[in-house]
Amino acid sequence: MQYLLLIYENEKRFAAGYDPAEMKEYMAFGETYGKAIKGGNALQATTTATTVRVRDGKRLTTDGPFAETKEQLGGFYLVEANNLDDAIEMAGKIPGARLGCVEVRPIETFS
Amino acid sequence: MSELECVFREEWGRILSALIQALGDFDLAEEVLQDAFSSAVVEWASGAPRNPRAWLYATAKHTAIDIIRRRSNFAEKQVELMIREECRTPKVIEIEEDSIVPDERLRLIFTCCHPALPAEAQVALTLRTLCGLTTEEIARAFLLPTATIAQRLVRAKTKIRKAGIPYRVPSAPEVSERLSVVMAVVYLVFNEGYSAALGDTLVRHELCAEAIRMARLLHTLLPEPESEVDALLALMLLHDSRRNARENADGELVLLADQDRACWNRPQIDEGCALVQSVFQRGRIGPYAIEAAIAALHAGAAHAEETDWRQISALYGRLFALHRSPVVALNHAAAMSMAEGPEAALPLVDALKSSLEDYHLWHATRADLLRRLGRKTEAVRAYQRALELAQNEVERRFLSRRLAELNV
Repeated sequence: MQYLLLIYENEKRFAAGYDPAEMKEYMAFGETYGKAIKGGNALQATTTATTVRVRDGKRLTTDGPFAETKEQLGGFYLVEANNLDDAIEMAGKIPGARLGCVEVRPIETFS
Repeated sequence: MSELECVFREEWGRILSALIQALGDFDLAEEVLQDAFSSAVVEWASGAPRNPRAWLYATAKHTAIDIIRRRSNFAEKQVELMIREECRTPKVIEIEEDSIVPDERLRLIFTCCHPALPAEAQVALTLRTLCGLTTEEIARAFLLPTATIAQRLVRAKTKIRKAGIPYRVPSAPEVSERLSVVMAVVYLVFNEGYSAALGDTLVRHELCAEAIRMARLLHTLLPEPESEVDALLALMLLHDSRRNARENADGELVLLADQDRACWNRPQIDEGCALVQSVFQRGRIGPYAIEAAIAALHAGAAHAEETDWRQISALYGRLFALHRSPVVALNHAAAMSMAEGPEAALPLVDALKSSLEDYHLWHATRADLLRRLGRKTEAVRAYQRALELAQNEVERRFLSRRLAELNV
């Protein structure tokens, strides 16, 4: 099964850039789970976000993320795992889980 | 109970656990096992088979295979493999041999109590699948509409399937985290049955019995002995041993001090105390072990006056060190009031005001101390407040009686 691991953290922590020690940890995570990781990226701050809606056929573009929250989506991994427990195991190894949290979402399959 | 009902009680969880493992499908497993029990009503009319478990398992599995065959979707290779394997296994052998019904109840309980499921769903699912309670029975036990329980069960099973919650016993590093969830579910089931709520007494006793059965199951099946599991079993055995003494003929609550100790269940107390002893010998004392030790000290006193309150008070102190909750602190103060007198305990109780002001037992404990100190007016006020906050009918009646005694 595939799961999306969504990393939520208070993005203020990254306002002055990324901590090199933490970057190393992310690299190590990537190496450990290289085979399982199908994709993933860090996201720029929510200050760079734009939200688009279409209502009655009209596009409405607004600044900022769709919701103001204490913690923001800051990055994600798409992983292949045997089951939820294995995905949880991986999520727990993401450095961001220590200060923020990681949401584990199974990928929908359409048959 | 009829023979078939006994078999149902004893075997439902065991057989279902094996069927889920074989079929990989909670709903199908449940459906075919239910069918097998229905067939048994007819087929066993002239006598049960030599091995009822194997008969039920084989019958259910064959029904499942028929259902899978009839379903158009043959895509799942696993299912086809299973069917092929099945064709090679003559039914006769299955019915003769018990060993082909593997005991997968540990997988079942860990899956039902998976932390990805909401707590109330863990409880409902465990009672439904492992214990074989019907949706209606669970609803009655929790005083909730049947539809609510049914919905919880459907959602939980959907999440198991869709989120890929595995059917397995967690590996060693995860076991302690996962086991604490399982124990919380077991204890919750027990407390629901044990708490002096109104409602169906039979269903309540059933819940206590099921919780004890589950703890026994863990005690027997876990690959490594777990002190806290044994302690939880001991704690429940010791509490449950007082079941017949804690309510009088009118259904009124009887306090520990006033209970007829001859009505306590001695064999159960002996078993509980022996477990507590072995846990303390092994070391690694957790919260359940401390609570069980407290219950054992109560059980060991032939008369209420002989209760070793000093040791109980010390144990509550130890529990508070592990689990800094105001409710534990309140119990500690109550025990201390018995060991050292109410004047020593009252300041400790008063200090908990800010966190427990809305808790009826804080007011009830305070009222009791004030009553014992002869501060009648304050005691009356505290009992009144406790009565306002108490939800439970049996407790309310008890508080009213205390209040009436003071007003005489």
